Amino acid sequence: MNETQAIEPSFLLGRFTLEAIPYHEPILVVTFIAVAIGGIAVLGAITYFRLWGYLWKEWFTSVDHKKIGIMYMVLGTIMLLRGFADAIMMRLQQALAFGGSDGYLPAHHYDQVFTAHGVIMIFFVAMPMVTGLMNYVVPLQIGARDVSFPFLNNFSFWMTVSGAILVMTSLFVGEFARTGWLAYPPLSGIAYSPDVGVDYYIWSLQIAGVGTLLSGVNLICTIVKMRAPGMTMMKMPIFTWTALCTNVLIVAAFPILTAVLALLAADRYLGTNFFTNDFGGNPMMYVNLIWIWGHPEVYILILPCFGIYSEVTSTFCGKRLFGYTSMVYATVVITILSYLVWLHHFFTMGSGASVNSFFGITTMIISIPTGAKMFNWLFTMYRGRIRFELPMMWTIAFMLTFVIGGMTGVLLAVPPADFVLHNSLFLIAHFHNVIIGGVLFGAFAGMNYWWPKAFGFKLDEFWGKCSFWFWVVGFYFAFMPLYVLGLMGVTRRLRVFDDPSLHIWFIIAAFGAALIACGIACLLIQIGVSILRREQLRDTTGDPWDARTLEWATSSPPPDYNFAFTPVVHDLDAWWDMKARGYSRPLAGFKPIHMPRSSGTGPILAAISFVLGFALIWYIWWLAAIAFVALIGTAIGHTFNYNRDFDIPADDVARTEDARTRLLAQVNA
Amino acid sequence: MLLIIIPVMALTVFFAWKYRASNTEARYEPNWSHSTQMELVIWAAPLVIIICLGALTWMGTHLLDPYRPLDRLAADTVVPGDAKPLEVEAVALDWKWLFIYPEQGIATVNDLVTPVGRPLRFHITSSSVMNAFYVPTLAGMIYAMPAMTTELNAVANAPVESRGFSSNYSGAGFSGMNFRFRAVDDAGFEAWIAKAKQGTDQLTRAAYLELERPSQNVPARYFSDVDPTLFNAIVNLCVQPGKMCMSDMMAIDAKGGLGLESVSNTLPLNYDKYARRGTVFGGPASYVIGVCSPEDMADMQMGRAPAAPIAPELREAVHGAGLPLPGLFSPASTFTPIRLPSSEALAGPRRPSNS
Amino acid sequence: MNSVVTTADQAPVFYEVDEHPHPEGHSTSLGFWIYLMSDCLIFAALFAVYGVLSGNFAAGPGPKELFELPLVALNTTMLLFSSITYGFAMLTMEKDRVAATQAWLVVTALFGLAFLGIELYEFHHLIAEGATPQRSAFLSAFFTLVGTHGLHVTFGTIWLVTLMVQVARRGLITANKRRLMCLSMFWHFLDVIWIGVFTFVYLMGMVR
Repeated sequence: MNETQAIEPSFLLGRFTLEAIPYHEPILVVTFIAVAIGGIAVLGAITYFRLWGYLWKEWFTSVDHKKIGIMYMVLGTIMLLRGFADAIMMRLQQALAFGGSDGYLPAHHYDQVFTAHGVIMIFFVAMPMVTGLMNYVVPLQIGARDVSFPFLNNFSFWMTVSGAILVMTSLFVGEFARTGWLAYPPLSGIAYSPDVGVDYYIWSLQIAGVGTLLSGVNLICTIVKMRAPGMTMMKMPIFTWTALCTNVLIVAAFPILTAVLALLAADRYLGTNFFTNDFGGNPMMYVNLIWIWGHPEVYILILPCFGIYSEVTSTFCGKRLFGYTSMVYATVVITILSYLVWLHHFFTMGSGASVNSFFGITTMIISIPTGAKMFNWLFTMYRGRIRFELPMMWTIAFMLTFVIGGMTGVLLAVPPADFVLHNSLFLIAHFHNVIIGGVLFGAFAGMNYWWPKAFGFKLDEFWGKCSFWFWVVGFYFAFMPLYVLGLMGVTRRLRVFDDPSLHIWFIIAAFGAALIACGIACLLIQIGVSILRREQLRDTTGDPWDARTLEWATSSPPPDYNFAFTPVVHDLDAWWDMKARGYSRPLAGFKPIHMPRSSGTGPILAAISFVLGFALIWYIWWLAAIAFVALIGTAIGHTFNYNRDFDIPADDVARTEDARTRLLAQVNA
Repeated sequence: MLLIIIPVMALTVFFAWKYRASNTEARYEPNWSHSTQMELVIWAAPLVIIICLGALTWMGTHLLDPYRPLDRLAADTVVPGDAKPLEVEAVALDWKWLFIYPEQGIATVNDLVTPVGRPLRFHITSSSVMNAFYVPTLAGMIYAMPAMTTELNAVANAPVESRGFSSNYSGAGFSGMNFRFRAVDDAGFEAWIAKAKQGTDQLTRAAYLELERPSQNVPARYFSDVDPTLFNAIVNLCVQPGKMCMSDMMAIDAKGGLGLESVSNTLPLNYDKYARRGTVFGGPASYVIGVCSPEDMADMQMGRAPAAPIAPELREAVHGAGLPLPGLFSPASTFTPIRLPSSEALAGPRRPSNS
Repeated sequence: MNSVVTTADQAPVFYEVDEHPHPEGHSTSLGFWIYLMSDCLIFAALFAVYGVLSGNFAAGPGPKELFELPLVALNTTMLLFSSITYGFAMLTMEKDRVAATQAWLVVTALFGLAFLGIELYEFHHLIAEGATPQRSAFLSAFFTLVGTHGLHVTFGTIWLVTLMVQVARRGLITANKRRLMCLSMFWHFLDVIWIGVFTFVYLMGMVR
């Protein structure tokens, strides 16, 4: 393959030539055809049912945190399919490439696959799912009507989408990075990766990063400024607490990522010497900087999930959360400590023993608050009355799985052990253990838990259980063999193997991946079946789980304005307290409600950002210049619009609330 | 760790079973949410474990630091006072390993043989990108990084034949970047050295530059003789003639650099940043390959020949960087900045190919 | 918010009947502060990178040969003055004097442009001498750190002009005052960063 030959960029198309379209790679051609047919079908259906206007007006331009939250979840689910397709390709390659066989993926393709898998799963699956849940739930939990900066929220979402689309574009136009998901230089430098792959990586993450950062700022402000009266910090629901800590982490960590990727981009585009071998550059600095972002990132993902488990456990045990205060402190301690451990990702770089043991020990210290959390969930179950609904099942699976991941994590934190296990499949097994067992299980628990709030009907239990068992069993089948292989000294990112004794383990792992594929299929079926059976699954009470926090105090789905009257909080479990003390819904006296207005600027800015990113990747300078000017111009133009909010008339509020009153009366009758 | 993990897992299952909703006999205390004793225990128990583990970590990390010379060959054998470790210099190339045995004066590609029971000291570097040197049957891994060395002290306790490899992804040929590792007795080692000595290949700088080009799944090779300065030159990115060694560059930098006069003197420093290849702003770089004094300039302008040929010793450099042999090295054009013919020619020798 | 307090003998209040609407933009200053702190972290990363690379001259020129302190001192003065004049603009804004505010904003913008002009001159001079960002890691870090600050000032200036147009069209309404306040924080923030740059890059560069 000759694509590494430097092509003299043309003015009109930059580096882009027809060769950049991978029509000679059958796998990609088939994928493209499938995607194209699927895409045309979806677009055709939208056109046929005349949904464009509806989607644009009610969803794409909406500044409603609930709709944006749902769109984040949709994005995460779609990207999960792509990320998982990469995973299963890797598993298949590794299961096939034995005994002299080269497998079915050439290095050029395989190396892109594992890079894309990592990038997509972290940035475009886990992040959107976590952000989506926070976006949906936090304002409801604190009794607010929206987030602090509703327009920014919409813009953040579309920037994330823009980054995701850029990654997807690399599948069919050009190629993605072949560097591993953190793109260590010098390999990711222009000297060793002269193609567009790393540029796709840089610009998609930069664009999505803008969205993540702004949504972090937004949610911090929301939590700090918009809590319902009476909700002091120590009466905040635990999920809101974890969301607060996560967003503090986002705001404190993502700028580092932005900076380090900008420096890498400068090296690649301007010929600077930050991370080059020669001219005084220092590649080790990149590794340090990216992990100063990278380690907090894993806590950004896991903390909200800890919050979800806490909410789920106390709801389904019918019991106050055990040790709320220590839970809060544990979360805060984790937030702070997550900045003091980054070096444990590269003990083997040759720092001295004292440095290594310092970071090893700080890493272990994190397990103390995490362990405290685990016990808190355990004692919440103690003397509770546990209902094994789907969210609770995911939580129990999490507790059993996560402790294994925690234990292997502490093991890896011991530098002498890490010298043997670093970069091995043991490490792969460890972080999948905590990210699948912690983050994804949490996202699924959250989805099952809050789905009835978002749509007014529960998710189908049968298919949910199928999905649950396939996922959990599949996870153990897929990753326990990797622990074994790691202990046998097998390194990650290998494409072919020659030791036949390893083969069986890879086959088991591939089988596990197949089970997970069934789990994902069941998840999709679960959603589809639930939508079809929505009338049977309907919940009209707004509180299907007999839950404890404020989001359950309003109807399901909540009205645009969330609460007709801002609730007043007296207790940690505000809604539980309201139910216990005979709260009655206000039936009259409604007033107009001030709400933010929808805006199309968010999707437009994100679309221009996409064009800008694409032009920069392909060196199409004229287009980049136009896009950049358009971006600034549109942003400035947006600021000339002062008419950003409106009032929902009191009559409309009364009508909505009356409808709910009638519905509740029917249920009670 | 298991001390805490197993009870937690057992308790999870037990509580989940005991307090299931259908078991109405179990106690139900919906408002029980705090117990100071419990809280103390759940914070203290992990804390105690981590304190112990932390102490072990501190000691273990220092004891097993790869940089620390060995003091024991096995649990019960102290390293004799006069034992000199066997030095091995390991270089990660694209995509194979070069091992230089400086004492023995031989070098191998993708074959590492060490004597049993003798301390080994590896000096590890890389020619292009990050790799990690890892022989699971010998010792832990450590990164191999260009322009610097890492160190690993180890010993083979028993005869073994196994594989070593790179454990840090380094590009297309990464999967095939493994080598045979054998620990043999002293006699076997001597015999192996003698055999390697019999070959005809010599690892000169030129041979190294040839070897360094990207290649995949490389079979073992042996060099009967090695340029003794080669490893140092590899680490300092100055194997190519005419390149400034990193150590020299850093010594100059420590003294504050070379001043404005040196601003265009970049060719000797160029290692893999191919003449701003891929740099998208600005045309191809031009290089000054010789510096002349103001007196020379005056001489030139007045039509006199310069006092001495100015930069003939740099011919090699231009040659080595992949330029076509210049016929333009007549004294008259000595200080002409040379435009590089094409970025591709420069890029040629060091670019990883992915075919 | 008396409704929050309920004592045992009162019936608990669970919702606010008499609600005070949140004024629009009531959390803007907090949000903007948080954004500034995140921006500050970008600079922190760039400062750290400069700290690591500041001695890597790649056998090329160092700060002593390159920096012209008088020029930089003049530049610093420009930026500090622009901060002061922005302060005056804010004071007149508080008194609702549109014309005076606009005048001070113009002065601020001119100082900002002067700063940028001098910086561009400095960069041009360096590059013409051959001290390009490509020459050494030290120069890469220098150009990136100082250039990033310069880019911020550029965007600040564009923003300033935008706000002047908006003030001209709508006067000093609450929304515009809030925006001027945000830009004020941004502008002073850049000043603080520049003091860091001046100290750590230029002054320390001359003494090392």
